[in-house]
Amino acid sequence: MIPFEYLEHTADIKFRAYGKTPEEMFCNAAAALFKSMVQPETIAVKETWKVELQADDLEDLAYQWLSEIVFLFETESAVFAAYSVKLERDVAESWKLQAEIGGERIDLKRHAFGNEVKAITRHKFGIKKNEVWCIQVILDV
Amino acid sequence: MVEINKINDNIYEVPIGYRPGMRVPGRIFVSAALREMVEPGTVDQVANVAGLPGIVKYSMAMPDAHLGYGFPIGGVAAFREDDGIISPGGVGFDINCGVRLLRTDLLAEAVQPRINTLIDALFEAIPSGLGATGRLHASDQQLTEAFINGSAWAVEEGYGVEADLSHCEESGHMPGAQPAQVGVKARKRGRPQLGTLGSGNHFLEIQRVEEIFDEAKAKQFGLFKGQITVMIHCGSRGAGHQICTDHLEVLSKAVKKYNIDISDKQLACAPLGSPEADNYFGAMVCAANYAWANRHIIAHWTREVFERYFPGSKLDLVYDVAHNVAKIEEHQVDGKRERLYVHRKGATRAFGPSRNEVPQAYANVGQPVLIPGSMGTSSYVLCGNDRALDLTFGSACHGAGRVMSRSQALKLFTGQNVKAALNRDGIVVKATSPGMLAEEAPQVYKPSGDVVDVVHNLSIATKVARLVPLGVSKG
Repeated sequence: MIPFEYLEHTADIKFRAYGKTPEEMFCNAAAALFKSMVQPETIAVKETWKVELQADDLEDLAYQWLSEIVFLFETESAVFAAYSVKLERDVAESWKLQAEIGGERIDLKRHAFGNEVKAITRHKFGIKKNEVWCIQVILDV
Repeated sequence: MVEINKINDNIYEVPIGYRPGMRVPGRIFVSAALREMVEPGTVDQVANVAGLPGIVKYSMAMPDAHLGYGFPIGGVAAFREDDGIISPGGVGFDINCGVRLLRTDLLAEAVQPRINTLIDALFEAIPSGLGATGRLHASDQQLTEAFINGSAWAVEEGYGVEADLSHCEESGHMPGAQPAQVGVKARKRGRPQLGTLGSGNHFLEIQRVEEIFDEAKAKQFGLFKGQITVMIHCGSRGAGHQICTDHLEVLSKAVKKYNIDISDKQLACAPLGSPEADNYFGAMVCAANYAWANRHIIAHWTREVFERYFPGSKLDLVYDVAHNVAKIEEHQVDGKRERLYVHRKGATRAFGPSRNEVPQAYANVGQPVLIPGSMGTSSYVLCGNDRALDLTFGSACHGAGRVMSRSQALKLFTGQNVKAALNRDGIVVKATSPGMLAEEAPQVYKPSGDVVDVVHNLSIATKVARLVPLGVSKG
């Protein structure tokens, strides 16, 4: 299983990320998102950011998760390279996410920047489970 | 299988039935050559928009149409106030991404020898690139005022002059802002970025007026051959992106609540008059005003740089257009005047002389329509015609439109060879990342002249001037 792959798109960035578990898929989707912004090899893990989210379904949770990473990048001036995600379904059938994101503050001399991701679109956004979990995402750049 | 019909040389119709659920036909305004470049996915997106409640006349795509999310890029659709909707899918994340054109009293001969220095100085003066924060350090109170008053706030703060305001669409501040509908996250992203250019296809360009198509109209716009102009292309930065993200979540729920059938999740929407629609509109206006303030501040810093190198030079605002926005406008529908919510997603308003919205200075010729090219190709200034009101709710294209994906561009070009090729053509480029130059290579766009010709030939807008790039500062 490859962690993620980029697909052709005229103007924006489209990717699919995979995982044997939804947690692994969430981590790989975050890595695919971030790789389109900054070369991961240039990022050291020096700090940790904690994220907690809640949503009615897994798809909304994934949308919030990826949007949160864009938000943290811009507001914390930080770049990320390591993700650990815990998912939980509570009694009310809503989904909860607890995650730790590892990375460091932006250093323009070291970090090789690529695209500015404006946002995560909902166009053709979706999660499927066949042999493995798969999420498809189109980023607005 | 329902086929696309050719109506005439520049209009193609997507009939009802092309995709399930269409309420009106689609219309794509392209020449035969440009038609070849319209991906099937783009036609599907035109058809998807045609299925939204309360849509009037047609779901339209301008000649630069290409694949987007929700609406196609180049998409225009209007919805009735009584039974229509509003959708962030018809505005985009970069709310009021737009273009501003400044005319100078300088001749190309005077500026060209100092173009390198000038571009370096502009690159320094105007923060750009990924994660850039501004020189402004706006307070929370100032941010709120920018949301409410846009360019008018910027002028009060000493950026730009009063006379600039009448030369902006909506006078640079749209009524109806509701800062309470802007979330904490959008404020946090937007505050440090006020006064930044951004990245991607955003730019600041020094240009020369290369060709005048219509002397009288050019004179009205203050343009003449050999003149230096400055074009600024940017939008509402993280503020707009986050406002759209946040409201998209709310509207995704509204679709279920109001039982609206949508064929693309990005077309999430709410019925006009519902609290969800009102709240999105109020927040969207905040982002639109932020973008006008942003372009106003950037224009001010541009003037400062010119003053340093060309003391006493004058940079007057020709016009400032929004090309990602939803607005309340009155249009003639079946012989009746109706209030409509016109969505323009990658499309420029192109109002002719009959509209009150056209600034006094241009009342007899129509509003300037600003169409940027790519880094290496011409930009155009047109003037809006009344014919556009019938055809496109007074809308034209917004640029050249991409034809090549970013990944394909990175395979074919490097930042270095793109820069070298542009230098050979006498164009100086400065960018934060070489990869960005490759992704924005002139070849990834359709020929801007072909796109503009469709608009001109359909009399949506009339060509006034062609501008060529001399120096570009990219994010």
